[in-house]
Amino acid sequence: MRRLGRMAWALVLAEILGGLWLTLRYFFRPKATLNYPYEKNPISPRFKGEHALRRYPNGEERCIACKLCEAVCPAQAITIEAEPRDDGSRRTTRYDIDMTKCIYCGLCEEACPVDAIVEGPNFEFATETREELLYDKAKLLDNGDRWEPELAKRLELDAPYR
Amino acid sequence: MSAFLATNTGFVLLTLAQSLALIVPLLIGVAYLTFFERKVMGAIQLRKGPNVVGPFGLGQPFADAIKMLFKETIIPTGADRVLFTIAPMLTFGLAIIAWAVIPVNNHWAIANINVGVLYLFAISSLGVYGIIIAGWASNSKYAFLGALRSAAQMVSYEVSMGFVIVTVLVCVGSLNLNDIVLAQRKIWFAIPLLPLFVIFFISGLAETNRAPFDLAEGDTEIVAGFFVEYSAMSFALFFLGEYANMILISAMTTTLFLGGWLSPIGIAPFTLIPGVVWFLLKIILCLFVFIWVRATLPRIRYDQLMSLGWKVFLPISMGYLVLVAGVLEIFGWLPNA
Repeated sequence: MRRLGRMAWALVLAEILGGLWLTLRYFFRPKATLNYPYEKNPISPRFKGEHALRRYPNGEERCIACKLCEAVCPAQAITIEAEPRDDGSRRTTRYDIDMTKCIYCGLCEEACPVDAIVEGPNFEFATETREELLYDKAKLLDNGDRWEPELAKRLELDAPYR
Repeated sequence: MSAFLATNTGFVLLTLAQSLALIVPLLIGVAYLTFFERKVMGAIQLRKGPNVVGPFGLGQPFADAIKMLFKETIIPTGADRVLFTIAPMLTFGLAIIAWAVIPVNNHWAIANINVGVLYLFAISSLGVYGIIIAGWASNSKYAFLGALRSAAQMVSYEVSMGFVIVTVLVCVGSLNLNDIVLAQRKIWFAIPLLPLFVIFFISGLAETNRAPFDLAEGDTEIVAGFFVEYSAMSFALFFLGEYANMILISAMTTTLFLGGWLSPIGIAPFTLIPGVVWFLLKIILCLFVFIWVRATLPRIRYDQLMSLGWKVFLPISMGYLVLVAGVLEIFGWLPNA
């Protein structure tokens, strides 16, 4: 008897019609698609994007060449060379990040005692050549100048959770 | 003018013009069916589908066509060059040729022949040759397996499809497609012959190798089945052939069961709309169901496919044929009796 019931159930295509009804309802639902270059997802303050070297408000660069970021970097993407400057303070003469090695883990940002190296909100820095992704100090400072308002805001928003 | 049309030259020219008038919209329809499918599938999967080329992405089919045209046609070593080239043309050609007898409106068929149904059935059976030849000529195991599967599948489902069509013919008493539509003036055959309508539609899915019966392509097991080795325009022809076949099966379903060009209700506002529009609307509805089913159901197993065709559809359609014939005989409703 149960077998007969199952057969009748299959014969009227009950399961299939149920499935079709489900997909028909989905057909009229609002779409989840984001029209990417024109629409973008919101980004968390902790988002780990392109790196930047920040400055103090008076224009002095923050980095003190402690090389903690270089030491902590699991991908060994950071290369630093440092010398005392004319005024006697320790500064970097070279600060390179190989963006093709970087795994965007954010450990450099966490290791930094002076909030100099940070990962910003920018993730659209694709280039046409590989060489353009070997960032030097000038490029990183330039990034810092360009993104500073957002970087400061993001650090402030994330500060309670650090 | 009418005197000229009566001459042989006039007749040939007229037929050519009629064919063009049918084939050009059909090809555009095929192109936009691919677009329609991507949009509908996208909507069901909560995506938007193509929307970049032109307004609402309407230029997408043409962008695809241009891309296909400019690609290189690769003929694999060890392939039979002649058959390899003929197969896609055959598939596509047969899908177009069958349209000669489909009545788009009252007496609007290129050839209103008295054995229209037989012609349609013959042409759709020939469709398997394109696939078999493609699978054989490719000299590839995947293509060959796909072709074998598809041949077995199409032969199996044509049997039950044949019985469904015979039942319709018993109700109409004519093989002429125009008469079949006109016989549905009172009631569309989809209502009294509902089980057969469903069987016909599902067999149509199998006949066109569409999901959930797309074992001939079976991307997950045999890569792309019979057209693995095809590229560029020869691939596009198979692709277009498949979609043209979908439109053809929808047109057959419409003609046999959904009252062809007839309006759903025979009263004023509906009858004023030209029959072509009704015909197109019904075809689009069928095509939507084709795509809807594809977006819903997973591919079925091969032995299930075979047992469905031979153990379920065949007995049901045969039994229903006997039932219908009996009812018509007992109540004296047989046409031409």
